[in-house]
Amino acid sequence: MTLGLINANPVVQAKKERLVRTQEDQYRDDGVDPLDIYEYVRDIRDPEHPYTLEQLSVLSEESVTVDDKLDRILIKFTPTVQHCSMATIIGLCLRAKLNERLPLHYKVDILVSPGSHADEDSVNKQLNDKERVAAAMENPNLRQLVDECIFSDEI
Amino acid sequence: MDLMEKNLELVEIQKLEGHTDRVWSVAWNPVSSHADGVSPILASCSGDNTVRIWEQSSLSRSWTCKTVLEETHTRTVRSCAWSPSGELLATASFDGTTGIWKNYGSDFECIATLEGHENEVKSVSWNASGSYLATCSRDKSVWIWEVLEGNEYECAAVLSEHTQDVKMVQWHPTMDVLFSCSYDDTIKVWWSQDCDGEFECVQTLGESNNGHSSTVWAISFNATGDKMVTCSDDRTLKIWGTDIARMQSGEEYVPWSHLCTLSGYHDRTIYSAHWSRDDIIASGAGDDAIRLFVDSHDSVDGLSYNLLLKKNKAHDNDVNCVQWSRGEGDRLLASASDDGMVKIWQVATKP
Repeated sequence: MTLGLINANPVVQAKKERLVRTQEDQYRDDGVDPLDIYEYVRDIRDPEHPYTLEQLSVLSEESVTVDDKLDRILIKFTPTVQHCSMATIIGLCLRAKLNERLPLHYKVDILVSPGSHADEDSVNKQLNDKERVAAAMENPNLRQLVDECIFSDEI
Repeated sequence: MDLMEKNLELVEIQKLEGHTDRVWSVAWNPVSSHADGVSPILASCSGDNTVRIWEQSSLSRSWTCKTVLEETHTRTVRSCAWSPSGELLATASFDGTTGIWKNYGSDFECIATLEGHENEVKSVSWNASGSYLATCSRDKSVWIWEVLEGNEYECAAVLSEHTQDVKMVQWHPTMDVLFSCSYDDTIKVWWSQDCDGEFECVQTLGESNNGHSSTVWAISFNATGDKMVTCSDDRTLKIWGTDIARMQSGEEYVPWSHLCTLSGYHDRTIYSAHWSRDDIIASGAGDDAIRLFVDSHDSVDGLSYNLLLKKNKAHDNDVNCVQWSRGEGDRLLASASDDGMVKIWQVATKP
């Protein structure tokens, strides 16, 4: 862990109102609603700051897109700064949280929003190499950090 | 025999359950097959830190788990490989070590542990004579080990030319030439000119040689060793070839060149490709499907391949490994998946 915060002065937005969703709002019965996915991930805590990814504008409702035909989910997140070294940790948190909640066969791709990171291609490649992700999650220190971020609403 | 004319399908023979996490790889024991009069044996390795040995009963024809190799590796076992004699099994683990196991009748014992890599070991491969072992790791290096008497293994070379995580190593089927493929998108060829154990990188197959544009996950050779197939995160399979007769007869290294790219067939990462003894290429991909390809024998435009068949939903999740059995003509295929299953398949004519 670095001694100084990567981004010492994050911009924090107010917690968004949760919309009460009616039956009519429900997506196709057999599909997955991108807003449901968003519900799973919006409250993940940032690895560095005591705020959620939503509050820091790392994620928004537009972050999640779903391809129902192919059962694929795409998440694009926006690190708070261009040289954010927490980008891979945030990516791991997203995957770990979704692994718990989603049916087995869904494919999840996680990318940084285009233009939002100096090493965009390199970060994207790492986030989507499942062997690298698996090995990282076997690292107890990383696993602990990820668990703290994804279970923070339950502590 | 033109396979394309026969109406073929991939039939699931059996689903092998037991692993409690994703299964990364499978390996058929080379000396056991129905043709040898010995029951076929298959090893599988998993994110549950164990290796399972499966055997087919000659009476009931069903597969059962003969033994579980556990309490040795402390992390994921990523791949495994049988020695050419079939007596030893090498296991590559994320714990940074490579285990060597010997079969003592009904049990396996870990007789040696190879240490040295700085982090996860991804792959292990024996050369044709069983005198060398190769391993590779996220530490970007490829290690060559000499197999000595008395269960001794000595590091003969540490090869550090890849610029990223090395995903797989594979010895050539007949010659002591080593191939490695990597997250750096290249395939490297390692050769010892004087056969004195001094290996060096004699060729790099990258984008400029019609190579892959993303991580290369696997390499597989045809039976004669004059062609190889590679598969990648770029969703293509590539076929490469060399003048193997010239290489075998001479003292010089004969370079490999790109022959053909199979694109448009896969829309997710291809994790595994394996070339059967009777020239069928199987692929396992991140879309849960297994595909089989054959040479079209259309000599007009050089080498080209056709999709023989596609098995959708072969597993409930990514297919990590496909391996043809070693027996002649039985057309058995084993597959390993993120769904925790190993499956045995048979290529058969549709009724």
